[in-house]
Amino acid sequence: MAENEARGALSGLSQRERRRIEVRGIVQGVGFRPFVWRLAHQLDLAGFVRNASSGVVIEVEGKPDALDRFETALRSEAPPLARIDSIDRHSIPPSVCGEPGFIIPESSGGEAMQTLISPDIATCPACLADIADPAGRRYRYAFTNCTDCGPRYTIVERIPYDRPFTTMKRFELCPDCQREYNDPGDRRFHAQPNACPACGPKLELCDAVGVRLAVGDEITAAGELLAGGKILAIKGIGGFHLAVDASNEAAVRRLRSRKGREEKPFAVMVRDLAAARALCDISPEEKAALASPQAPIVLLRARQGLSLAPSIAPGNDRLGVMLPYSPLHWLLLREGPKVLVMTSANFSEEPLVADNAEALERLAGIADAFLMHDRPIARRCDDSVVMSMAGAVRLIRRSRGYAPAPVRLAESGPPVLGTGGELKSALCLVKGGEAFMSQHIGDMKNYEAYRHFDDVAAHLQRIFQTEAELLVHDQHPAYMTTRWALEQGKPTLGVQHHHAHLASCLAEHQHSGPAIGLTLDGAGYGTDGTVWGGEVLIGDAARAMRFASLEPMPLPGGDVAVRQVWRTALGWLHRSGVSPEGLECFRQPQSAQVLELLRKEVGTSESSSCGRLFDAVASICGLRHEARYEGQAAIELMQAAGGRIAEAGYRFGFERKPNRWLMLISPMLRDIAAAVRAGASSTEISRHFHRTLVGIFSEITRMAYLETGLKTVVLSGGVFQNQLLTETLARELESNGYQVLMHAQVPTSDGGISLGQAVIGREFLRGSYRGVDN
Amino acid sequence: MAHGAGGRLSQELTARVFMPHLGNPVLDQLDDQARFEAEPGRIAFTTDTYVVSPIFFPGGNIGDLAVNGTVNDLAVGGAVPRYLSAGFVLEEGLPLSELERIVKSMADAARKAGVVIACGDTKVVQKGQCDRIFINTSGVGFIPPGRDVSCRNLRPGDAVLLSGTIGDHGMAILTTREGLSFQSRIQSDSAALNGMIADLLAAAPNLHAMRDPTRGGVAATLNELALSSSVGIELDEATIPVREEVRGAAELLGIDPLAVANEGKMLVVVPAAEADAALAAMRLHEHGREAAVIGKVTEEHPGMVVMRTPFGSRRIVEMPLGEQLPRIC
Ligand SMILES: [Fe+3]
Ligand SMILES: [Mg+2]
Ligand SMILES: [Zn+2]
Ligand SMILES: [Zn+2]
Repeated sequence: MAENEARGALSGLSQRERRRIEVRGIVQGVGFRPFVWRLAHQLDLAGFVRNASSGVVIEVEGKPDALDRFETALRSEAPPLARIDSIDRHSIPPSVCGEPGFIIPESSGGEAMQTLISPDIATCPACLADIADPAGRRYRYAFTNCTDCGPRYTIVERIPYDRPFTTMKRFELCPDCQREYNDPGDRRFHAQPNACPACGPKLELCDAVGVRLAVGDEITAAGELLAGGKILAIKGIGGFHLAVDASNEAAVRRLRSRKGREEKPFAVMVRDLAAARALCDISPEEKAALASPQAPIVLLRARQGLSLAPSIAPGNDRLGVMLPYSPLHWLLLREGPKVLVMTSANFSEEPLVADNAEALERLAGIADAFLMHDRPIARRCDDSVVMSMAGAVRLIRRSRGYAPAPVRLAESGPPVLGTGGELKSALCLVKGGEAFMSQHIGDMKNYEAYRHFDDVAAHLQRIFQTEAELLVHDQHPAYMTTRWALEQGKPTLGVQHHHAHLASCLAEHQHSGPAIGLTLDGAGYGTDGTVWGGEVLIGDAARAMRFASLEPMPLPGGDVAVRQVWRTALGWLHRSGVSPEGLECFRQPQSAQVLELLRKEVGTSESSSCGRLFDAVASICGLRHEARYEGQAAIELMQAAGGRIAEAGYRFGFERKPNRWLMLISPMLRDIAAAVRAGASSTEISRHFHRTLVGIFSEITRMAYLETGLKTVVLSGGVFQNQLLTETLARELESNGYQVLMHAQVPTSDGGISLGQAVIGREFLRGSYRGVDN
Repeated sequence: MAHGAGGRLSQELTARVFMPHLGNPVLDQLDDQARFEAEPGRIAFTTDTYVVSPIFFPGGNIGDLAVNGTVNDLAVGGAVPRYLSAGFVLEEGLPLSELERIVKSMADAARKAGVVIACGDTKVVQKGQCDRIFINTSGVGFIPPGRDVSCRNLRPGDAVLLSGTIGDHGMAILTTREGLSFQSRIQSDSAALNGMIADLLAAAPNLHAMRDPTRGGVAATLNELALSSSVGIELDEATIPVREEVRGAAELLGIDPLAVANEGKMLVVVPAAEADAALAAMRLHEHGREAAVIGKVTEEHPGMVVMRTPFGSRRIVEMPLGEQLPRIC
C-alpha cells in the first residue's frame, strides 16, 4: 500500500516538468512578480519568481500543458507597464519531492540588480475608481497609486527600486497598506509608493507667503481659489505647475505678466477626453496619446471660437492639451474649473520648481496660493510634449512618462554618455543594447539647469549601474554641455552637431546607414568653424560627408537675430542683392545700423541656417519682425499657409563648390521680395515658400542618390517640427521610392541629439569613427 | 620714415623724438641699462606688448595705452609702480608726426602715473613686417612689506567691486576700426589706476585681490579669479555699470559687454567688512566715480561665475572664447 502510494506519487512527479524562465525588460516595480504569482496559482504551478540582475527569474514546475499556457500568458497578459524585451527559457530537472506551491522570496538586496526604472505613469482606471468611491478608504485621496500607476522615476533616490530608496521612505506604511504591500494577490503588492490617508503624503494649501490656510478640504478650497481667478502653484509629479482657470482671460493675462512670458503658448489640462474633444479636433492616434499611461501634452488642432481665454495660445492654431495624470489633478479638475492652464512653474528656461521651500521663494510674487504636499520630488521632470505628424505620434519634448524608458538599439556596445545640445539639453546613456534618454533639462546657460544636468548625469549612471567610458559632446566650443564634458576628467569626443542629428535618427530606427541625411535646424557648429544649419550629410554614425548646404548668409548680431528676426531678413536680403523698396523689414528702428554692419561685415556670422531662413521669410513678408518666443516667426509662417502648399514654388538653384553643393536660396528671396512688392499675401508667400523648400530638398536628394545610389533619407533637426514641410517632403520622397526615416521616440530638435552623440561615441571606441568631411 | 641701416636712424629718432619728450634723469644717462635704488619689500615686474588697430582712437592712442596698461598690471598686484622700459617696433613709412604724438602721450601718461621711463629701444622694420607701430613696455614696482594682494586670496563672503563702466575701450576700438558711423561717442577708458589703488589700499588694508579686466573683459577676469581661488563668484547684473551707448553698440553687434576689454577699470575683491570703505575710496577718485559693488564670492559653484539677472534667474558667465558664435539651434 505504502509502496503503491510512493509509486503513484513518483509517476505523478514523472509527469511534471520544471522550466527556468528569465525575463528581461521593464519587469520590476510594475507588478510583474505578483502577476506571475497569480498566473502560477491559477495554473496550479509550483516554483518561485524573484528579481535578478537583469530582470526576473522564474522557475515553474507542473504539467507540461500548464507550463505552455503559463509561458504564453507571460507575454500576452503582462501588466500594462511591463515591457518584455526577451524571454529565455530552458528545462531543468524537477524537484525530487515536488514543491509545496509558488512563492515570491524576499529580495536579498545583495543581487546586482539591473532593473529598468519605470517612468512615472498616469493614474490607472482602478485607482481612479478607488478615489471616486465614497465607501473606500482612499476616497478623494490625492496620492493613490498601485503597481500599475503612480510616480516612479521622480521619486527614486537610488537603486534598487525599493521604498527605503525612494522619497516614500519617510512614510511608514499603516497596517492596511502593509497588508496590501505584502499580499501577492493584491494590486498593490510591492507598490513602493503605496499610501493611504492614514499613512501617506498629505496636502497643504498655503497663501502667497507660505502660511498654511485653515481649510476643511484643500482640494475644494483650491478649486474655489482657481474659480475665483487666482494663480495657484500646484505640486505635481515632476515639479510644480502654475495653474489658472483657462476660461478666465484676466487670470491668464495676470499669469503671463507675472511669469514674464509674453506670448509663448500655455498648455491646458482638461477633465477628460470629452472635454478635450470640445476644444480640439482629435484623431484616433492623438486620442490614444492623450489617454496613454505617459499622459503627455498633445499639440492638438484647436477648434475655432473656443470658450477659452484668447491669450492662452495667441496666434497659434494648435493647443497643447493633457489629461489629469495624478489623482490630485483628477480631483481638482472634477471639482474645480473644467479646464486649467497648467504651465511649468519656472522662469523661461530655468528648470521647473520641485521643492516646497524653493517654490515659496522662487514663485513669490507669481502664485497667489500654493497647493503642496510632503512627498519630495527626487528628480524634476517636465511634462512631455507630443504631436501627430506624418502618420505617427512624435515626441517634441521627451520627459515625464518617457524618461528613462529605453530606446532599443540595433547593437550592443560599451557605455557612452551623450551630453546633448545647449538650449534643449537632454542626456543619453547607451548601455548594452539600449539607450536611456534623460528628461528634458533646458537652457544650459542657466545655472540651475546646469546643476540639474550635472545631477541627472550622475543619477542616470547610478540607476543603470554603469559608468560611461566616453563622454560625447557637441563641437561647439561655447556650449555648456561641452564645458561640462571637458571638466569631468574622463575621455571625451566632440562630434559635429548635424552628424549627431543624423546618427540619432538612424539609431532610433535601428538602421545602420549609410543614408542621405537632410539635417535642417537653426544652428550647429560646423567643422569649418562657421555655423551650419541647412545641411545634407551623407553617412552613418561612423562618418559623414557634407554633400550640400544651404547658401551661407550673414547673420547680423548672431543670437540677437533669433529674437529680432528682421535682422536675419536684412542679412539674407542683403546677400541676395535685394533693395529695400517696399519691404517693411528695412524700416525697423535700427535697420540702417544693421545694414551698415552688413556692408562692413562686422558683427555678422556666416550661417547656412535653415531655421533662420523661416524667420527671414516671416519678416520679409511682413508677418512678424520680432519673435517673443523661440520659433514663433517660423510657426506663424507655417500657419499662414493654412495647411496648404502651392503647386509651384519660387526659383532656386545649385552651385558646385569644390567640396560640396550649395543650395541657392537667393533666387527665391528675390522672388519673395518681388511678390511682397506686388502685394502678395503672407498666405500665398508661405505656400510658395514651403513648395520651394520641398523642391530644393527633393532635388538635392535626387542628386545625392545619383552620386551614391542610396535610397534611404533621414529627416532630422528642429525644422522638421514644421508639419507642412515635413509631411509634404516625406510624401514627395516616398512617392519617388525613397525610404524616409523620421524621429518619433526622440525629438527631432536638439532634444534628440544626445542619442546620436552616444552612438557615434561607440564608433569612436570601436576605432571606426572618421567624423565629418567638410 | 625710412628703414635705418646700422641703427643710425634709430639714433636720430632717439635724439629728435624720444629724448625731448621722454627725457628724465635716469633715461638721460643713455647707458645700456637703467640703474636705480631698490625700495623695501618685494619687487613686482611685468611686461606687455601693445598691438592695437587703430593706433589712434577716441580717448587715447597706443602710447598712453602702453604706459597705463603696464602701470595697472603692477598696481593691481599691490605694487607701487616706479620704472618702465619702452621698446618700439616701427614700420617704415610711419609719419614722424604720428610717432611724436604717440611718444608725447606716453610722456604725459607716465607723468600722470608718477612713473619714470627708465630705458628704451627702437627698431625700424620694412613695410609689412609690422602694423605701423608695436610698443613693448616692461615695468618695475615695489610691494611694501606685509602687503599680500593675489588672485588666490578670494574667500567666500568677500565683496566684488568694479571701478566703473565696462566695455568702453573695446567698443571704442571696434567702432573706430570698422568706421561704424553710429557710435562716435564711445571713448576708451585708458587710464592709470595706481593713484586710486593707493587710496583704496589705505581705506581697505585687508583687500584680497585686484585685477584690471583687459582682454576678455570682466567675464574673463572673474573666471580667472574664481578658478585661481577655487571659489564661486555671483554677480548682480543690475549693479554692473554700462554706458548706454556701449550697451547699444554691443547689442547691435551681438556682443556681451562683459566680454569686452577695458583699459582703465579694475575689479577689487575685499572682505565684506571693508566693502563700504573701499567703495567710498574709489568713488572719491576720478577713475572710480561710478564704482559699484557688483557681486560676492561664494562657496557654491567653485571656479564658476554666475550672474543673477533682473528676472531673478542665474546665468552662467563663461570665459569668452573670442568670436561669439550663435548657439541657438
Ligand atoms: Fe540642431
Ligand atoms: Mg597686461
Ligand atoms: Zn493604479
Ligand atoms: Zn496606509
